[in-house]
Order: sequence, then structure tokens, then C-alpha cells
Amino acid sequence: MSKIMPLISANFDKISPTSVKDYVNAGGYSGLRKALKMTAPEIIEEVKKAKLRGRGGAGYPVGSKWQHLLEIKNFPKYIVCNADEGEPGTFKDKLLLGKDPLRVIEGMTIAGYVFNARHGYIYIRGEYAALLKVFQAAVDNAVKAGYLGENILGSDFSYQIHVMTGAGAYVCGENSTLLNSLEGKAGRPRVKPPHLAEVGLFGQPTLVNNVESFANIPTIVQIGGEKFLSYGTAESGGTKLVCLSGNVANPGTYEVPFGLTLRDLIFDEELGGGPSGEKKLKFFHLGGQSGACGFLPQLDTTYCYQALREKGLSVGSGAIVVMDESVCLIDYLKIVMEFFIHESCGKCTPCREGTKQIYALLDKFSQGTATEDDVLMLQRLSNLTAKASFCGLGQAAATALSSSLQNMRSEFEAHLKGQCPAGVCFTKRESGEK
Amino acid sequence: MSGELKKEQILKIIQEKGQAPENLLAILLTIQEASGRNYINKDWAKIVALELELPLTKVYDILTFHAMFSIEPRGKYVLEICHSAPCRVSKSEQVVQMFTEELGIKMGETTKDNLFTLQYTSCVGACDLGPVVKIGEKVYGHLNRAKVAEIIKTYREGAPCLK
Amino acid sequence: MMQKKINTKKKVVAVTIDGRQINVDEGTTILEAAQSAGVVIPTLCHHPDLKPRATCRLCLVEVKGQRRFQTACNTPVGEGNEIFTNTQAVREARKTILELILADHPEDCLKCTRNQNCELQSLADEYQIREIPFVRTVKSLPLEDSNPAIVRDMNKCIKCGRCVEVCQEVQQVAAINTAHRSLDYSISTAFEESLADSPCVYCGQCVAVCPVGALSEKNDTAKVWQALNDAELHVVVQTAPAVRVALGEEFGLAPGSITTGKMVSALKRLGFARVFDTNFTADLTIIEEGRELLQRLKEGSPLPLITSCSPGWINYIEKTYPELLPHLSTCKSPQQMFGALAKTYYVEKVGIPAEKIFVVSVMPCTAKKFECTRPEMRSSGYQDVDVVLTTRELAAMIKQAGLDFAALAEGEYDAPFGISSGAAVIFGTSGGVMEAALRTVYETVTGSTLEDIEFKMVRGLEGLKEASVDLGGKKVKIAVANGLGNAKNLLEKIKAGKCKYHFIEIMACPGGCIGGGGQPHGTTQALKEKRLEALYAIDKEAEVRKSHDNPGITELYEEYLKKVLNHQAHELLHTYYSDRK
Repeated sequence: MSKIMPLISANFDKISPTSVKDYVNAGGYSGLRKALKMTAPEIIEEVKKAKLRGRGGAGYPVGSKWQHLLEIKNFPKYIVCNADEGEPGTFKDKLLLGKDPLRVIEGMTIAGYVFNARHGYIYIRGEYAALLKVFQAAVDNAVKAGYLGENILGSDFSYQIHVMTGAGAYVCGENSTLLNSLEGKAGRPRVKPPHLAEVGLFGQPTLVNNVESFANIPTIVQIGGEKFLSYGTAESGGTKLVCLSGNVANPGTYEVPFGLTLRDLIFDEELGGGPSGEKKLKFFHLGGQSGACGFLPQLDTTYCYQALREKGLSVGSGAIVVMDESVCLIDYLKIVMEFFIHESCGKCTPCREGTKQIYALLDKFSQGTATEDDVLMLQRLSNLTAKASFCGLGQAAATALSSSLQNMRSEFEAHLKGQCPAGVCFTKRESGEK
Repeated sequence: MSGELKKEQILKIIQEKGQAPENLLAILLTIQEASGRNYINKDWAKIVALELELPLTKVYDILTFHAMFSIEPRGKYVLEICHSAPCRVSKSEQVVQMFTEELGIKMGETTKDNLFTLQYTSCVGACDLGPVVKIGEKVYGHLNRAKVAEIIKTYREGAPCLK
Repeated sequence: MMQKKINTKKKVVAVTIDGRQINVDEGTTILEAAQSAGVVIPTLCHHPDLKPRATCRLCLVEVKGQRRFQTACNTPVGEGNEIFTNTQAVREARKTILELILADHPEDCLKCTRNQNCELQSLADEYQIREIPFVRTVKSLPLEDSNPAIVRDMNKCIKCGRCVEVCQEVQQVAAINTAHRSLDYSISTAFEESLADSPCVYCGQCVAVCPVGALSEKNDTAKVWQALNDAELHVVVQTAPAVRVALGEEFGLAPGSITTGKMVSALKRLGFARVFDTNFTADLTIIEEGRELLQRLKEGSPLPLITSCSPGWINYIEKTYPELLPHLSTCKSPQQMFGALAKTYYVEKVGIPAEKIFVVSVMPCTAKKFECTRPEMRSSGYQDVDVVLTTRELAAMIKQAGLDFAALAEGEYDAPFGISSGAAVIFGTSGGVMEAALRTVYETVTGSTLEDIEFKMVRGLEGLKEASVDLGGKKVKIAVANGLGNAKNLLEKIKAGKCKYHFIEIMACPGGCIGGGGQPHGTTQALKEKRLEALYAIDKEAEVRKSHDNPGITELYEEYLKKVLNHQAHELLHTYYSDRK
């Protein structure tokens, strides 16, 4: 029995991505047709029943978000698709944008209908410049075929999608930052309150959802929320595009139903295929750089929002980076910190200064000059960044570190004694850092 | 391309993309590409600021904030080696060494013929192919010494149609 | 227990702060609510007159039920919130934040312009910081001090963003902004150009809000000490109206204390040969500008006439709206009129050659340090005003001289530039120049005495005030703007032909000179209210309240200005402007 369930990836490499004809032949736009005969509350009810959680990383219940926005009586409202996929280890929105853009467009259109919005925007990261052209072509074709623009499918619903580019900043994946960037401002997060549902794009109520979240909407409308939910677990409906990379035999993106275990995802021949080299699995990083690290005792955890959360892990973006015993955990955490230092927007003290100091401390471990006090300081700084940073980037920057301190403290203790289990530190290095 | 752009060219780009602050990133990226040296200088930034009715300080903030921009001229081809965790774990440090040795420059530098600039980039969403290098819109993965040499040779000859 | 005044139109919310229950209006921030409960939560990037940026993260509190700390400066209280401002976790977090900032900050308090008057220093003391348990990462960026007014030491910048907020949002000059990200995050001009090459107008509002020593005025006290020490020089000083109601704050006196007499005594004790009052030439400005206004009203253009005594404003219009230069009054500022007269008219009075006269002015202003260096300001054949000191610099000199300011006797200004009217002293606040002008122009036009001389509708800190005044049957539309953001709006309206004002007063600084870039640190709108109340109090008690009734001015015209050739008098008191866009 295959562990792969192609719901939203069904069209990948089977249709010409920008062809409306191909898309419709494959069943596309039946969701929109059905939606146009439903009311907004009816559609939202299905999304709620589906228990669709935000697929970008935060995992916020999409139905609740839509419900809240529906209740705000201030127009116009805007629909924004967050296609700033920048979480390392994540490469699934890329596939949706490039291989089935019309599915994403259909999802955004249904959202536009629900909220009586005339304009949708998709913010695609600048590094996906080639995909932006594909997506724009898909939008243009949808307009020509009457699925976008004035009076869609003969209804009195009119909607446009504007394709916008980013220019290289992970922090723009944070929703309020994305809106600032969309407006032509610097990519730094907004002071909250007010929240985006009240004051979003151009000061108006705005819905921001991830590419994969929108891609699931046509299916949910088409088959109903209950059916969608049944594919997953009791509280995580549907499927997830999971991205495997690192020291794994079969890196790639797999669409799986919620309910498999981490062991399935990493080791199953159809999926990860286990570690790629000779060495054994040591640890894995879930959900992106902003997620917690997972360790061997957690392998049998069910891959779904609730179960992972109970174990201190998260689905996040769907990334699973696999590390074997050739990787030093300390060295890995330094790489994580380097990322956050580089991507920090710089404006708040805990993130800008804290990540820098965490890196300096971790470096002491690699150099063999760390002390027990440094372990305490790492905990203090992790706590501070998590609880005092301005936005999600800083708040999550030390999650990998905290989870590592909790679950593989032995690695830190070994380095205190000048030992590196992976044999990476304390050996002659060829190239310098950074 | 010598890295020089005329005012008319800048204005044309602004008109094409749309003269509104929302299009600022698209405008700046297009100007950068048109420069031939992958950069934007103060004069061009001033024109953009004026046309979009934005203070120059706001345009400068954006130019220095986003990783894809450079206010200093770079090579015709910018070789961006991914430095994020999945690629690092796939031994991207070795790839860095391959490129720096082949080109005879350090990370962050440009070859004397202004053809290649080497720099790091954060994750570009190609982790399953790691370690990767991004050159313009193309991403090359599963790199080894032979592939690195081939990439450099092909770009040097000016025909970037590698798989 | 102090309770915040309850506005009965707003919903009231009950919260507990550290276990004590209080009621506040809906929308009150945790910071404000705590204040009304007698708790001062520490802040750094917060400023009462600016929109909260919430980036320093110092004002953390714990709110029951919230996983993360909340920043008090921008978080509104919610009904039933249980807020804790002083738990172990909160103290530790705040201390760590301070340590992180200090790890990136130079350790040269002893040599810093803000030694003992620095918000970071005070907080480090409050939190008993004794060591920095982090790697030091201070940069060594070059000092930027190539202009006469403002010095930037970005090594000391703690990135609070107040200067950006004031320059971009309040003044809307946009000379500085955030730039870069990550470890390179900084506050700079575009492309790191010098302030002189940027749109900067030297209004000094950035200096006024900077909590540390990153931004300061060019220190010219050494030049003044040197001049005072030079037996060859006859050193005179003039004092701006806004200084006398703020100087006392530097010596622990209550905000709004009127310290004119003590200030004069202090200056005499410092060794100035004569202590004069800029108010004298403020009266002179009114006579000249009044005449100019009447001329323009008669000719019908160019209208509106816009005042020209604020050098920050002059820099702004030259750099940003040079096409509107014809609207400016050609009158020099009172500071510069004084300098010109001090090295011409006064030469005859005192019998000392102009090259031996050294003119110092004490101003609430940083832009005036630039103004005195302008090439047009050499009508005497010499630099008319040699050195400009800010209120802060004067205070420093008084302290260096060991004077007990509060105990000084009330001194008197010297002749011939010591007499002034109440109309002159209100120059120091927004609406003051307008009111002073109206008091004179009214009487000139109608030929009758103005009984009710107080034009209250132009007073106050409001950014834009508009009114219509009846001058002997003719309706004259006036506007008063303070803060360059408000000036900009007004200028755009003029350009669009949307308004038919006749006379406009513009002051670059919010509130006018009382809120100038050279005033004591810690200036807030509340403090400005106190200062302006003091100026109007001085006006009310003044013997002479209209500029044209100033006997010293009458004497000046009789003795000198009417006697020299017209164009000579004109050159001394009037100037021209340039397109610096």
C-alpha cells in the first residue's frame, strides 16, 4: 500500500502547467464552479471541517483565520498568497508554482469570492524568478479563459491576481513583513497590534495564506471538508507536501497523508530511504531552521500537528532535514545560527544581538573553550530570543538549540571535555569559517 | 555591457513595471539585470526614487536590505553557493573550495575579467539537489569537481544552457 | 493611588498591575497603565511624542496567560489582564537586553557628550550592570562631523530608531533611515553621503530625541572660551527667547522657570563684555517684515509671504521647494540682524573696530550653527555672528565656571540691544512671530491702537493653525505651521493653488524654538507646554508689548538705519536665498 497520496500533486508532470485546458481536463476549476454556487459561510464551514492547518509554517487553523476575516466589516479586503518559500529544507511551493500554478490560482480565486475581494496578490521570492514567469503566464491564460478578470464564469464576481516579486530576504516570509515588502517598503515586520486581519495590505483587512494552503482549497470545496479530514488524522486533515533533504538516500518532495510516523518518512524505501551514506541517523530537523531538532527516541511519533507538538516538535513548512553521525550537532547549530544572523532584519535587540552572541558561545564549544556557565548562558539567551523578540524569526531562532540542549545534552558535555563525537571539531580545519 | 545605463532606459523600465511603490522591487531587479554588472548605483537609484516619489533613503534601505541587490558592480555572472544547512550537510564547503580554486578568487570577490563573482546565498529551495550553486535564474545541483569545471567553462564561453 | 483621568466617552477596562487593580480607558498601553499605578517601566526606544517602534524590547512585562513577554510601550491593556512588571524573569530579561546592547556599545562614558545625561547609562545603573558577559562587538566607524551643526558617532548608536521616526515621519525630511540588516543594520544617510550632501536641514530633532551620545551638536564651547580669554577681543553675546525658559532645567529648576535674569548674570560672570538680547532684533524683524507684508498685500504678490527666521526651515525650502523661494520674507533672522548690527552700528556706539568684536549667540537651535556660516551672512564685511552655542552648551560652560546658577542674582541686559517687547519674547514659540507681526501690522494699517493684543488662535503646539484676521476691513488669511512635516503639507497646498493665505509663519521644529534641536535633552510636548506658558507670562508682564513701541528700535532707526543709504540698511537686515535642490 503506497504511502504517497497525490491530492494536490496529482497534476505534477502530467499536464502543461500553464494550460487551462489541461488543467480543466484533469478536473481543475470544479472547485471554483461549486464554490460560486455556495455562500461564504458555507465554504468556510467546509474549510473548518477539513481541519486545514496553515501549510507555510505556523500551522494556524485556516478555517478560523477565514472566519475571523469574514466577520470584519471593512472593505475592500485583499487576498495575499505567501510564496516567499525561504525556509531551508523546503522546496514544495516551488513545485506547486511551477507544475500546477492554476491550482494555486483557483484556491486564491475561491478565497477572493469568499471575502468579496477584487484583488489577490502573490508574493513570489525573487530567487524563483523563472517560476514567476510561469505563474504569470498561468494567470494570463486564466484571464483569457474567463477564470480571472471580470465576471468570472458568468457570475458577478470579478477578481484579478497580481504577481509580485521579492528580492532575497527570508524574513519577508513573515506575513506582516511580506505586506510591507509588497507595499514597496523595507522588509521588516510590523508592530502588532493592529493585526493583519484588521489592518493589512494598504491598511485594509487582508488574508495571508501559504501556497500549499491555497492549493488545498479547491479540493476541500470539491470533495467536502469531512472527506478531506478523513485522509489525515483527527485534527490534521488532508495531506502534506514533505521535503526530505540532507543525509538521506531519496531527497525530494513527497505528498503524504497525515498519520505516518517520522520513521516512515525518513526510512521507508518509497520515501526517505534512510541515511544516504554508511553512517547511522543521528538527528533530524523538522519544519525548517525555525523548528526543533528531533532525535532517535522520537522517531515513532506520528507526523501530524498534535502529536508532533506534544513531543516538542512541529510540522512547520514540511521540511525534514536528515543528519547522520558525520554531522556534529554543535557545528550544525552554528550553521542554524548563521542563517538567523544573516536573515535577521536587525531591528530588535534580542534577535540582532542575541543570535550573534549565541553563535559566539557555540563557537567556544567547537574550539573546546566552553564552560558550564556557557551552557547556562545559552539557555538564558534561547529563552530571551524566544520570549522577547519582535517577530517570529527571532522567536524561533533558538528553537533548534533549545531542543538540542534538552534532548542531546551529551553532545554539549562532550565538547566541554574537548571531544567531538562526529569527529568534526578539534581536528585541523582546511577552510575558515563563513 | 559596461555597467552603464542611460536615464531613458531606467524610465522605460519604470513605465513597463508600473510607476508605483508596490513595483519597486521588480523595477530595481530589472535595472540590476539590465546593468550587465548585476548592480544598481546611486544615480539610477535617485531616478527611481524621484519617479516613485520615495525618499532616496527608503530606496537605499531596500537596496542594502535585500540579499539579491548590490550597490557595487559585480561580475557578469554571480555564482551564488548555497550556505544553508541542508546544502552544508551535503558538503557544500567542499564546493566552495572547488569554485575558489578554479577561479582563483575568494568568496565575495570578482574575477579580474569581471566575468564571475563568488558569493554565498541562503537556501534557494533546491535542497534535494544539494550542494547547489545558483547562477542567474538557473540552479545547478549534485556538484562535484567535474561539474564545477564544466559550469565555469560553459559560462566562460558564454553559452549557459547546461542542464 | 493615582488613577489615570477617565474619559467618560471611552470604555473603561479593569486590569491589575503587580496585584493592584486599576481602571483605565480602553486603548491605554501597559506602559501608561503602569504609570498611573505608580510604576515606571524602563524604556529606551519609546518616546512619548513618537509612534512606538517596540524594537529595544526593554519594556518587557509578563501578562498572565501569555507565553511570551509583552512590550509595554505598544501593547494595549485587555480587560482583566494580570500584568507583572517586576518578576525575576522580567528583571533578568531586561538585564540581558541591556547587557546585549552594552556588548555592542563603546565603553567610554567618561569621554562622552552624554556622560551623566544618558538614558543607557541611567538604565545600566538602575539594573546594576557590573560586567558584560558577552563578546564585545563594538565597531570603529569614523566620526561624521564635516558640517557646522551636527556630529554623528554611529559607534554609539543603539538602533532605537527614534531619530529615524522623527526625521522620516515627523519632519518628513528623510535624510536618515535604517539600512542593511543583520549585523550591518545601521542608521544612515542614503549611500552614506555626508549630512551636507543629504536632504538634512540641521533642525537637530534627531539630536533632541537621541537617548545616547550617537548624535550631538558640534561643540563650539572651546571657541568661546578662547575668545573670552583673548584680551584683544570685545566678546558680546545675544540670547534667544526660547533659551531663558529652558536653561533652568539644566540646573534642576522646574520646567518653564523664567531664568532671564540669572542667565544674564551667568553670562556676565563668564566674562562677556556685553550681554544683549536677540529679542531686540526680533522687534526689528517685525518692523521690517511688517513693512514687507504691507508692500506685498498692496502689490498682491508674491503671496503668501512666509517668515524666514527659522534656519532649519530655510534649509528645507532651499533644498526641497526652491520654486517657492520668492514667497520668503527677505528679512534675516533676528540672530543674523543682530550680528550685522553688532559689527556696524554698534562699532560706532562702542568705538571698537569690527574686527575686534566677537559675536556669540546662545540659541535653542542647531541649524543656527550652520546659518552663521552662510556666505550671505557677512554684511559687516566679517562673519556677522562668530559662534553659536546651544542652550546645552551654555549650561556646560556655566557648570565649568562653577557657578551656582539658582543662586545667581537677577542681571540686566546691556544697552543698546537690551530693550525688547513682549511681542519679541514670544518669537520662541509657534505662533509667536505671527502674533508679534499682527500686533504691529494692525496698528500700521488701521492707524488705531490695538486694545486686545492677544491673538490666542495662533498659540499652542498644534502643528497647523489657520485663521482669518480683520485688518481695518481687509480680511487677511494667516497660517502657522511648526514641524517640517506640517510645513510640507502647507507648501503642497500652496503649490496646488489650494489656499489663499496672505501670511504664513513656519518654524522647523515641532512647537517652535522652545522645542529646538539645541534645547535640554528630554524635551517632550509636555515640557514644551511649560516653556511656552512661561514665554506668554513674560509677555503679559512686559512693559512694552508691541515691537514698534520698543524705544531702542526707534532710536536705532533714527540714529542709524534712516541715516545710511537705503541699500546699505537693506543689506544689513535683508538677505537672499539659493536653489540647493
